[in-house]
Order: sequence, then C-alpha cells, then structure tokens
Amino acid sequence: MEKVKIRAEDFSFYYSGCRCLKSVTMDMRENTVTGIIGPSGCGKTTFLRSLNRMNDVVLGSRAEGRILLDGKNIYDPDVNVVEIRRRVGMVFQKSNPFPKSIFDNVAYGLRINGITDRDFVRERVEKSLSDAALWKEVDDRLHKSAFELSGGQQQRLCIARALAVEPEVLLMDEPASALDPTATAKIEELIRELKRSYTIVIVTHNMQQAARISDYTAFFMLGELIEYDLASKIFTTPSKKLTEDYITGRFG
Amino acid sequence: MNTRKLSEKLGFAMLAACMLIVTLLLAVILFDIASKGAGRISWGFLSEMPRNGMTEGGILPAIVGTFLVTLITAVLAIPLGMGCAIYLNEYATDNQPTRIIRMAIRNLSGVPSIVYGLFGVVLFVQLIHLGTCVLASGLTLGLMTLPWTITASEEALKTVPNSYREGALALGATKWQAIRTNVLPYAVPGMLTGTILGLARAAGETAPILFTGAAFFLPFLPSSPLDQFMALPYHLYVMSTQHHAITLVRPIAYGTALVLVVLVFAMNLAAIILRYRLRMTRSE
Repeated sequence: MEKVKIRAEDFSFYYSGCRCLKSVTMDMRENTVTGIIGPSGCGKTTFLRSLNRMNDVVLGSRAEGRILLDGKNIYDPDVNVVEIRRRVGMVFQKSNPFPKSIFDNVAYGLRINGITDRDFVRERVEKSLSDAALWKEVDDRLHKSAFELSGGQQQRLCIARALAVEPEVLLMDEPASALDPTATAKIEELIRELKRSYTIVIVTHNMQQAARISDYTAFFMLGELIEYDLASKIFTTPSKKLTEDYITGRFG
Repeated sequence: MNTRKLSEKLGFAMLAACMLIVTLLLAVILFDIASKGAGRISWGFLSEMPRNGMTEGGILPAIVGTFLVTLITAVLAIPLGMGCAIYLNEYATDNQPTRIIRMAIRNLSGVPSIVYGLFGVVLFVQLIHLGTCVLASGLTLGLMTLPWTITASEEALKTVPNSYREGALALGATKWQAIRTNVLPYAVPGMLTGTILGLARAAGETAPILFTGAAFFLPFLPSSPLDQFMALPYHLYVMSTQHHAITLVRPIAYGTALVLVVLVFAMNLAAIILRYRLRMTRSE
C-alpha cells in the first residue's frame, strides 16, 4: 500500500451560504492516479481546487477541516500558500497558455520563483516539455507564440508548464474534455507515465477515462464523498447503490 | 412600395441624415480653421516668440507651454490613475464602499472644467503656495484627467482573461507577481490608449489653466515648473477676444487654432493607432 501524500480530513467548503463540500475524508496516495467522478455541480472541481488552495481567491468562501500534505495541514495560518501552490501544481480544464512564446510559457513558473540562471532554465524547459511528450513537436519553434499550437498541444504545454516548477502533486481538472480522441489518448498515456514521479489527482466527467487511468476512484455527489475505493472495485462491484446507479448510467 | 418598406427607407434616411449633419459640421469647422489659418503656418510661426505686442512673430511659447503642462498632467495622471485602477480591479472587494468610490470616480469625470480650475486655485496656487505656475496648472489638469485614466485603465484590466491570473497563481506566483508579470503587460496598451485620449482633451482645456498659471504674454519661455506659461487654448482666447487689435491678429488666432487642432488630432490618432495595433496582436 502506497504512502499517503495528501489527506483530506473532514473537509468542508462554504461559498455564498451554501455548503459545497460536506465533511470529505479521503486519502490520496503517492505515485498513484486518484480519479474523481460524479455528476455536474457536485463539488469535484471545488474539492480539487481546495487541494492547492486556489479556492482562496473565491470571495466570501470558507474552508473547514484539514487538508494534510505530507502530514502538514495546508490551511494552517503559518503556511506559505505560494509554496503550497508550487508543490501542488494544477492543470485547468480549458487550457490556458499565456500569450507568450512556448519557451516563456514553460519558463514562467521558474522565473517567478526566482530562478534566473539561463542555462538552468533552458535545461528545465527542455526536460518539462519532454516529460509532457511535447518536446519533439516544438523543439524547432520554442520562440513562437503558444497560440500557434493545436488544442492538444496547448494542453500538454500547460502540463509542461506545471511540471517545470517540480511539483510533488499534479491536479488535473478534466484535462482532456476539450480534446479529440487522439489527443485524449496521448494525454492519458502521459498521465500513466507521469504517475511514476508524481501523485496525480484527476477530475473527470468521462467514466470510461476514469476506469482506464485511475488507480483509486472517488465518487462525489452534491458535495459529499459517496464512495472511495480501488478503481477496479468501484467499476465492477461498487458498495453503494448510488455509485452503481451512476456508473451504469441510470443518472448523470 | 408598401408602408413597411417605406418606413424602413425613411428610418435609414433619417439616420444617414444625422450622420451627414455631424460630419458636415466637423468639415465646416475644419475647413474654416484650415483655410484661414494655413496661410499663417510656417516654420517661423512655430519657432519664434511673439513680437510687437503679439501682432507679429510666432507662437513658440504657447506651444512649449502646452507641451510642458501636458507633460506634468501625464506624470500625475498616469501612475496615480493606473495604480488606482489596479487596486480597484484586482484588490478591492466588491462591497458598498468600493461601489461608492467607483461611482464617485465616474462622476468626477463630469465635473465642469472650470470647477476644477477653481479647485486648483484654492488647493495648488493658494493652499500649497505654489503660486500660479506650470506645476499648478499641470496638477489641476492632472486631477481632471484622473477619472478618465482610471476608467480606461479599469476597462483595460477587465479585458485580461482571468485564466491568466489563475494560471500564474497556480504556478506559485504571489498576487502582485501574477498582476505584474501576467496581467499588466497585456493591459498597459489599453491603459495608455485611454490615457492619451484624456491627455488630448487636457491639452485643449482653457478653464483649468486660466487661474492657475496661464499668462497673457510672457517674453520668455518657462524655465522651471514654478514659472508661469503661455498655452495654445488660452492664447487662442486671448488673440480672439482680449487683444487690443483683434481684427489685425485674427490670422494669428486662426493659426493658433489650427496648431491646437492638429496637436489634438495627432494625439487622438496616436491613441487610435495604438489601439489598432494591440487589437492586431490580441487576435493572433
């Protein structure tokens, strides 16, 4: 059994009076892919964003409970949230390359974290683009605009950008939802490769995708964690009826 | 022709007529100024001091004065205006005090320029003891331009997608880092466009500089911010109504008007080109 990397302990999230997450307790294990599934509006993305405190920017919100990264609560008042976000990276649902060159996109994270050594930056950019399976496609046009890339390439660029700051955890919010099947397959293969070095938590609408790539799966509904188990178990013999109904498509 | 088609054509004709009237007005004004003023324009006119009781010579001090006062306006309005817009758009929470402040700023742009002039006299000339000078006028015009700059800058900031801010934060940037490196660079062109338009308006204003520093005639150019100065719009007023031989100097008045109009047009054109350029880069 793998070591626990991130643990949510009785975690709730309040926004505009509504309780969007209700006492979620869940372990995400090192070097595994944890898939989060559930119908729309059930708090999957809210939960994901709580893991790197991106929800802090939401005005009028409140978090209760604990999220432990390597045993330390990231919501402790003495925690440097900027450091958390470096350690827990995020890839957004709609790829958001910055209006800079490909090189500058990937180097952005390094530069704002104070790394200016040009050789080091160049090496790290190459490594990140390779890890994101994009290097070969862009090595001859690093200084072209990131917008010239296709949708799938842009998403891999965003992954490379997140990897450049050497996070320990990678949060992915429906990373392939806007992509065609070929590009999706590439991303999924990439995720299988990445989990060897990173802990991955992925939110997905696509149940088949969750079945394909996740080691552990969590089923959320209306802000509650209904069931959490090995993917192999969730998709074959789920314990809760609600899970079974969702998996078999009785509602969605 | 049935009534629907008729009313369609009538409606279009009326709208076209409105446009024609406005364009005609502009054309008439421009033609009047250009035809009567162009004759006076020469290199000498632009580079010489007025001579012989301002009946001969050029309008150099007015040009220099307008340039200097607009410079001071820019120095005040740009950083203050941009800073205010950044705070309002990026940091301020959307509560009642913030909304009131925003409304106050919008309303400030509607305050008559002569009121700004009076305010400038009391605050800059008298209270701070600057006396009547370029600095006092520049500060007064700066205050007048602030609401424009703030509004234009806020609009520019709003056009920067939120995904840039979030993307930067998710990589471990502090809020200010995210703004400085991933928002401002894309908002600044828009901020500058709006500011240049505001400055073009300030350059042509007479009332705010009337009591705060503009002079009827000075035989020298201002050598420090605490000197008085001549200015194009005020010079035009003087040449048209205050001079002891206004019919004689009418050509000079027209020449001044032409220079002022060309200056304002040039500034507006610069702003338009800047906006066009940045639309081109944005659409890539």
